[in-house]
Amino acid sequence: MFLLFLAIGIISLCLGSVHINLINVLNSLTNAFTGTASLSSQEELILFSVRLPRIIFAGIVGASLSIGGAVFQAMLRNPLADPYVLGISGGSALGAISGIIIGASSFYLGIPLLAFCGALVTVFLVFVVAGGTRGPLLDNSLLLSGVVVNAFFSAAILFFLSIVNSLELHSITFWLMGDLSRASIREISLAAICLFTGFLIIYAQARELNLIVQSEETALHLGVNIERTKQLLLIVTSLITAVAVSMAGIIGFVGIMVPHMMRLVFGSDHRLLLPASALFGASFLVIADTLARLVLAPAELPVGVITALCGAPYFIFLLKRKSL
Amino acid sequence: MSIICAQNINFSYATNPIMEDVSLIIDEAQIVAIIGPNGSGKTTLLKIINGTLNPASGQMLIDGKDTRLWPRKDLAKTVAIVPQETATIFSFYAEEIVLMGRFPHLSNYRFENKKDYRIVHEAMEKTDTLTFANRRFDELSTGERQRVLIARALASEPKILLLDESTVFLDLKHQMQFLALLRQLNETQKLTVIFVTHDINLAAQHANRIILLYCGKNYAIGKPAEVITAANIKEVYDVDVLVDQNPQSGLPRMTLIS
Repeated sequence: MFLLFLAIGIISLCLGSVHINLINVLNSLTNAFTGTASLSSQEELILFSVRLPRIIFAGIVGASLSIGGAVFQAMLRNPLADPYVLGISGGSALGAISGIIIGASSFYLGIPLLAFCGALVTVFLVFVVAGGTRGPLLDNSLLLSGVVVNAFFSAAILFFLSIVNSLELHSITFWLMGDLSRASIREISLAAICLFTGFLIIYAQARELNLIVQSEETALHLGVNIERTKQLLLIVTSLITAVAVSMAGIIGFVGIMVPHMMRLVFGSDHRLLLPASALFGASFLVIADTLARLVLAPAELPVGVITALCGAPYFIFLLKRKSL
Repeated sequence: MSIICAQNINFSYATNPIMEDVSLIIDEAQIVAIIGPNGSGKTTLLKIINGTLNPASGQMLIDGKDTRLWPRKDLAKTVAIVPQETATIFSFYAEEIVLMGRFPHLSNYRFENKKDYRIVHEAMEKTDTLTFANRRFDELSTGERQRVLIARALASEPKILLLDESTVFLDLKHQMQFLALLRQLNETQKLTVIFVTHDINLAAQHANRIILLYCGKNYAIGKPAEVITAANIKEVYDVDVLVDQNPQSGLPRMTLIS
């Protein structure tokens, strides 16, 4: 799985509006480790300062969204749950768009920070609407309130879209469809740290998740401290997905699709499912982003267009299958 | 010595009282049947024993310690329950379900080791479920699923086993096998068994003690011959029955009079 991700990453390094030979890429990568350079400076510039960070970033975002999907699906025992359905993506979008309108893009991390706040506010809102502050969390009400909050945010986003000028409109549209091209190295390392620590915390709860999928009562019978586990998972998962969405924009269908595909291959044990989803999610988004760069080269498509184009038919296929 | 001790337990869902002032003592290594009409609080009592529900007032002591004070994993190691039915969304293999019984014994970041697999294998052997270890749980029949859940409960090596109408869906052969297994575990490992059932004859034949619940109250508790009387059944279930003795075991036997 990890090798697959590496291979996809390297191939994707070669492809782009400027084509670079595979051997050159491999040479240049080994040289980077040993400290000598062989490529023409322009090719190296493209490779290391444009493509490599972008591929790493795509991997991080794909992994974060897929883990988010896997955890939410298990926790809410609903195969349709993912960060997008729960409103986290919508909340971030609203945060980011208000940022673009008030001109926060001139500050360092301005837009991501606002998007992140938007995501957190959404999680809080969804919680309160679902009655999470008192009594046990009801799974369906959490999902329903996600849908309601999402609908509200979509309306707000449309309202903003109709009042902004055309330049802002373009950047908002790109953001809404997912955009992996803008992240700086510092943002990428921030997202990587969040993903890594978040994953470790979530992975420690993998067996708890297996039991929660059975039913909450079963989990309780077998010794899971259920409310604490659910709260911890909700907070950590919201955080890593919010970080990813706040930097990359809305990329739909990754979070919902990848865990289902991995379940078909590896079964439902979360100790395998979580790392598999992370790696495959990373690979999937790198492929999608490479396609996004290639299809209209030298222009670019927003990556969300690609994921939605693959994702929607897959989603229908899932719904048609009885075993969902 | 008493392993379970309930003291003046009251419990209600919303404003609907389910348990009223229930007190009872169950000694170690007994087989206890809980009987009573629908809605008399049988399942609620099981859930209070394993700490899923906390009593509104009164205490449930397991091994002399209030269930609210037990760490969850430790309680799960001591008390295992076989629920009536579980529906899962994503499919797991039968063996994976049984492996989950090892959860309270494992710490985070750990996969099961050989010893866990051995215990799971034994539990599946005892419940005759090894043949479908590698089939998906949701593709099994209700009776087969029930046996897998029994294996899961056994795999957690409890001191107290709670059964919520676990024999209903078992065919005659597996019912007899299962009851024999319970007796054997009861004798060799001092396992305390508490089972909820609607089958009064089954309770009379296999339990040392019977608890008869009626409208959330402990109506009668004692040996089968003390609890299964025509008068008690008439009062609690409002049906006329004939109670005589099973010619083989000498235990009470109930026949409906129509």
